[in-house]
Amino acid sequence: MPLILGALLAPLMQSAIIRTKSVMAGRVGPPLLQPYRDLWKLVRKGAVFSETSSWIFQMGPSVGLASIILAMTLIPFGGFAALSSFTGDFILVAYLMALGRFFTVAAALDTGSSFEGMGASREATFSAFAEPAFFLALAALARQTGQVSLGPALAAVSTATWMRAAPTLSLALAALSIIFLSENARIPVDDPATHLELTMIHEVMALDHSGPDLAMIEYGAALKMWLFGAIIVGLTAPWRAGNRWMDTAAALIGMLILGVGTGVIESSMARLRLIRVPQLLLVAIVLSALALAL
Amino acid sequence: MTISLPSFHNGEPISLASVPLLSIREFREEIIAAAGAGATLTALFGTPAESGRVRLFSVLGDPVAGGLAALSAEVDDAYPCLTVECPQAHWFEREIAEQWRIEPQGHPWLKPIRFQAPYRPPGRTWARLPGVTDFFAVRGPEVHEVAVGPVHAGIIEPGHFRFQCHGERVFHLEISLGYQHRGIEPALVGGPGKRTIHMIETLSGDTSIGHATAYCEAMEGLGGVAVPARAQALRAVALELERLANHTGDLAALAGDVGYLPTAAYCGRIRGDFLNLTAAICGSRFGRGMVRPGGVLFDVDPRLAADLTRRLDNALKDLEDAGRLMWDAPSVQARFQDTGAITAETCAALGLVGPAARACGVERDIRQDFPSGFFRFAQIPISRWSTGDVFARAWVRWLEIQRSGVFVREQLASLPHGAIQTPVGAPRPDHLVVVLTEGWRGAIAHVAITDPNGRFARYKVIDPSFRNWIGLAIAMREQQISDFPLCNKSFNLSYCGHDL
Repeated sequence: MPLILGALLAPLMQSAIIRTKSVMAGRVGPPLLQPYRDLWKLVRKGAVFSETSSWIFQMGPSVGLASIILAMTLIPFGGFAALSSFTGDFILVAYLMALGRFFTVAAALDTGSSFEGMGASREATFSAFAEPAFFLALAALARQTGQVSLGPALAAVSTATWMRAAPTLSLALAALSIIFLSENARIPVDDPATHLELTMIHEVMALDHSGPDLAMIEYGAALKMWLFGAIIVGLTAPWRAGNRWMDTAAALIGMLILGVGTGVIESSMARLRLIRVPQLLLVAIVLSALALAL
Repeated sequence: MTISLPSFHNGEPISLASVPLLSIREFREEIIAAAGAGATLTALFGTPAESGRVRLFSVLGDPVAGGLAALSAEVDDAYPCLTVECPQAHWFEREIAEQWRIEPQGHPWLKPIRFQAPYRPPGRTWARLPGVTDFFAVRGPEVHEVAVGPVHAGIIEPGHFRFQCHGERVFHLEISLGYQHRGIEPALVGGPGKRTIHMIETLSGDTSIGHATAYCEAMEGLGGVAVPARAQALRAVALELERLANHTGDLAALAGDVGYLPTAAYCGRIRGDFLNLTAAICGSRFGRGMVRPGGVLFDVDPRLAADLTRRLDNALKDLEDAGRLMWDAPSVQARFQDTGAITAETCAALGLVGPAARACGVERDIRQDFPSGFFRFAQIPISRWSTGDVFARAWVRWLEIQRSGVFVREQLASLPHGAIQTPVGAPRPDHLVVVLTEGWRGAIAHVAITDPNGRFARYKVIDPSFRNWIGLAIAMREQQISDFPLCNKSFNLSYCGHDL
């Protein structure tokens, strides 16, 4: 059930961000279903492959999407438990995403384009900072709840947990929010709306992909945002109604708030200078380390 | 200036015979001495001489006294370059080498700038495909090269940028233009004709008023007429409206480049408001058809003036809010400040112009230094900042918006009475006229030389972009490559104005 919800609704979260940004800029904005239309358009198109690229380039998007979908199976949502759950599964989540990233980066390098090489280098550098922050934040969560599996750990977060360990959870939440923005290429780390290749981090690696491959990348990006969003919302929505449908509805509202909040952030601040991004991610590491130590 | 060359004013025609013809040695010494004493090298170009040689003309400007001086020398196929001792000559000498196949010997950076065919029957042709040249290369471990363009992701003009990088750091940027070369200068020879003004207005489409004003003042100087005061005032209003629209658009683009949405969205809209003011006067958002030799084609009656003032006030009020948002946002200031800084010394040595120069603290503004037209009667204070970075270039634009706004409002309230047109006589034969206008990008220089029949023997156009592209290349040194789009926007130079 969490997987189906995510698969269906993930692009809608991007719409929420885009709509928020449009309203704040005084524009109408594209229709809410536009991301779905874009995906459908891309799927029906043909793909163009450079003669200088190899099978690695063609494999990148598929592996990227597959690894995100696999990771999604380990994430609970609302009142529904994850498809599978076992001790230490969040390590698998992190490394499934690392696997996807490895292939995206390899595909970008395979094109031989200097733009994509720069993007790959930035992506690899920044994710190296994001990874420890992610682990430390989830370790803090595991320590507080006594659960070393993502599903049970999130399920164990209750109002009582927040009352008891508000500082720890707030710090972990702050760290996860920074990782959410960084991993999903949002402002202040990356600008998803820019057309300037020299400033891009994530987008630039998708420049040479086309048609269904590009659709897989776009859809994978939507799923990834949903995945991080689900963890954050799971951590922030402490009360449980007991009814799984009500809980799920509450989680969906939480996702909407997260989307709107991201849109507000993007409308009210500029991007960081690229050289400052590691500093922001270091802040995330420090916050999550504090959360673990508290 | 240390030299005692005959001095003349902006827009004042002088007979060709009065331009000193020096030996190349004296020519070089005069220029180097004058530039060393603070003169601006306003123009340096070649014209065909009767002997089959090429006559180099140079126009020097003394910004303190407000006088111009012209000198010339004839050369064959080579002469010792000026650039080493007078870096202002850098781009000019490359242009001369390309157009006339004359080698400035010892030039440190001798490459084509437009990849155009030479004007002289070629012995050796230098013309190659644009962008095909020997770029500077940095060697060493972990050094890599990034090539951007000529096809860009945005809707902008074509140009090629070659970066030598070490990781994210830029050692050197080389800019290769010429993709927009149309051959306007040779097409103007033999004029003026019916098409001339239209070619002038499209030299750089966003500077239609600026270039048209310069051309018209040249024609009026050569024709020996004085333009009615009302027409001069309307030209000045149109010129400042052009500045308002473009500066506002630049602020929007700068905000957009750092991902700051509100100012990008609002300023983008307000730029349109300013363009619509120009359209309300002459029917064209870019001021086409407004300025013509002898005056202007469109008058502003009191009702229109009141309407323009009301709309101008509204636009300026909205702009105040949109601008404040950006100036008060620490995240934006963190991106603007200390990015792409140029020192005042570098700026003066390179001869940069316009807001880019004033952002380095260099007090250089044609409207004050070499006033012509209405700016002889109504002054606009110079806007300066001292840091020379992206912030300074943005902030100078912001200050100029305020001052142009005040100026336009004042002029609309007190337009001089009288005609808006006067007939212009035929251009005087064998004369030279230099016209400088402060377009929104900076100093526009037009030099017209007439033949014995009163037709253009040479019409030289120097768009501010021609002076400032090298500034962008220098500003990028030791910067982050990811900051290039931001630096580029802060200069916002014209490709077609450079390529002509």
